[in-house]
Amino acid sequence: MMSDEATDQRGREGRIYQKFAAAADRNQSTLIPFIVAGDPDLEHTQKLVLELEARGADLIELGVPFSDPMADGPANQRACARGLAAGATLPRILATVTELRRHTQIPIILFGYFNPIFRYGCERLCVDAKRAGVDGLLAVDLPPEEAAELAAPARAEGLDLIYLLAPTTPPHRSKVIAESATGFLYYVSVTGVTGARHTLPSDLEQNVKALKKITQIPIGVGFGISNPDQAGAVARFADAVVVGSAFSQLIEANAASERLVTMVGEFAAALKQAIVGARTPKQE
Amino acid sequence: MQNLPDSRGHFGPYGGRYVAETLMPALIELEQAYKEARRDPKFRRELRTYAREYIGRPTPLFYCANLSARLGGAKIYLKREDLCHTGAHKVNNTLGQALLAVRMNKSRIIAETGAGQHGVATATMAALFKRECEVFMGSVDVERQSLNVFRMKLLGAKVTPVDSGSKSLKDALNEALRDWIASVRNTYYLIGTAAGPHPYPMMVRDFQSVIGREARVQIMRREGRLPDVLVACVNGGSNAIGLFYPFLKDAGVRMIGVEAAGLGLGGSQHAATISAGVVGVLHGNRTYLLQDEMGQIRETHSIAAGLDYPGVGPELAWLHDTRRAEYTSVTDAEALEGLKLLAETEGIIPALESAHAVAYAAKLAPTLPRDHLMIVNLSGRGDKDMQTVARAEGVSL
Repeated sequence: MMSDEATDQRGREGRIYQKFAAAADRNQSTLIPFIVAGDPDLEHTQKLVLELEARGADLIELGVPFSDPMADGPANQRACARGLAAGATLPRILATVTELRRHTQIPIILFGYFNPIFRYGCERLCVDAKRAGVDGLLAVDLPPEEAAELAAPARAEGLDLIYLLAPTTPPHRSKVIAESATGFLYYVSVTGVTGARHTLPSDLEQNVKALKKITQIPIGVGFGISNPDQAGAVARFADAVVVGSAFSQLIEANAASERLVTMVGEFAAALKQAIVGARTPKQE
Repeated sequence: MQNLPDSRGHFGPYGGRYVAETLMPALIELEQAYKEARRDPKFRRELRTYAREYIGRPTPLFYCANLSARLGGAKIYLKREDLCHTGAHKVNNTLGQALLAVRMNKSRIIAETGAGQHGVATATMAALFKRECEVFMGSVDVERQSLNVFRMKLLGAKVTPVDSGSKSLKDALNEALRDWIASVRNTYYLIGTAAGPHPYPMMVRDFQSVIGREARVQIMRREGRLPDVLVACVNGGSNAIGLFYPFLKDAGVRMIGVEAAGLGLGGSQHAATISAGVVGVLHGNRTYLLQDEMGQIRETHSIAAGLDYPGVGPELAWLHDTRRAEYTSVTDAEALEGLKLLAETEGIIPALESAHAVAYAAKLAPTLPRDHLMIVNLSGRGDKDMQTVARAEGVSL
């Protein structure tokens, strides 16, 4: 495990670090929309990412669809199925990111399961992802204990490997995971799979604040956050608010609509407004 | 070899613990609880007593005089796991894990099932030990194994059909994992095969090893020597590792795992993971998987619902790489012939899963000398498969 100084130095040149640092300077939280690549097709993925950025997204989690998304609820399962049907393979997703980099510098995190990465080859993926302009990787089913084969090439390429923390993670384990984290830590707000929840756990704020005492790394909160009210509430104490299934549902309901991109953008704007309004801006 | 897995659940490069963080603490807790239980004389005594008085162990080792004579080669013995309570070897593992669930004070037990044998064995233990029980089962399997669905319901379990993906065992596993991610604080996930995240492959192997331990004693008593060859069907592989494990150090004992070749290995309609798969990560462990070039898991096919999974237990993968075990496969049609052969010659109708082992034994035995000793794991009885067999024979029941 790295020392505190090493922790502080990790990834400082990266777009993810810069984004969080700038938001912290303004005393603001950030918005991270999650959309599955290829939902409903890869052309739309490009348009959606650009629209999301225009309407206030700070980082993007781009889902890499997998045949067996066992930590996902029905909305993201169906989004994965649509992405796969649209041919959103890792090579084509990387090509999409390459194309996006001609238009945007928004930090992009590939979010998915380990097997497609493993099959592609951990080292090859890190090299190709870096070249395409990806900033970070998150594999839901790759806990730190098994992550060495991806963490080493990711570090070599300067990609952040994002780890999850859950409500079930005991404090000593959170500390160990935080020590090997780069970019940010993703705190899973609910004990459960992805998907909209009517209410978030009452001890969420307390849990995130406890984590902030043991690490300097920014903490994003996701799973279950599906509307501006919830986003605003979480933005008061979290460094990032991740919204995923709600986007998958919106895309599913409007996939055939000419207004799809606009509607997704409007939803992002509403989330962003709630997030910005959640805290008092720091005066210069 | 007997000391695997290592402390993090690896068998060579296989196994491990590839799950969402939410489950990691639960798996660490489970591993701890299992290690304590394994050392506890009271737990071991309970396990032995229930195995004897409830499951009906030891199961017989039966010499197939008629079949051996018909095939004209090795002497064939059957390890009669079909005579276990509930009709298959699955119950050896569900007993052990249910006792562990009780010890861990978990009020609810969930399980995935393919053929329904593991679901029935889990529902049985949940009834015996007064636990709430929910079994996830692919909707295709719910249909083709309706008898077992009915049995589970009679035993008080809730059976939840799974409509995602290929609607069979792998999807049932996904859904059980999703449930567990949400219910982990009060729920015990009782995995039925020697796969999944550590400590399951080790724990299931240990509970199933009673098969091989008994067979070893029985063949020594009967023949005065060790067998020459062991044959078992393999998919997840709990019956195979259960038979093989106590013989691993006996270098003279060949071990042959028989995979489901479905409609043939030339196409994609099979479930022969080691014969035709490549290494990947699914459902918590690294092992051979049937997958496409992009790492997406392929749909599988076998006439035997209990062999219809795209992965294989990590220890069996390791036994393949180290060449300690050999693997082969038989088709749906060959398995059906195996079922009929055993029914005709010995008056025993095997499960379609076990019929794969019988079918290969029938191919191998004539090539071996008459003094060769072969033990075939008859992992389950065929009652549950009568609809499927009748349909394959063009008979309407």
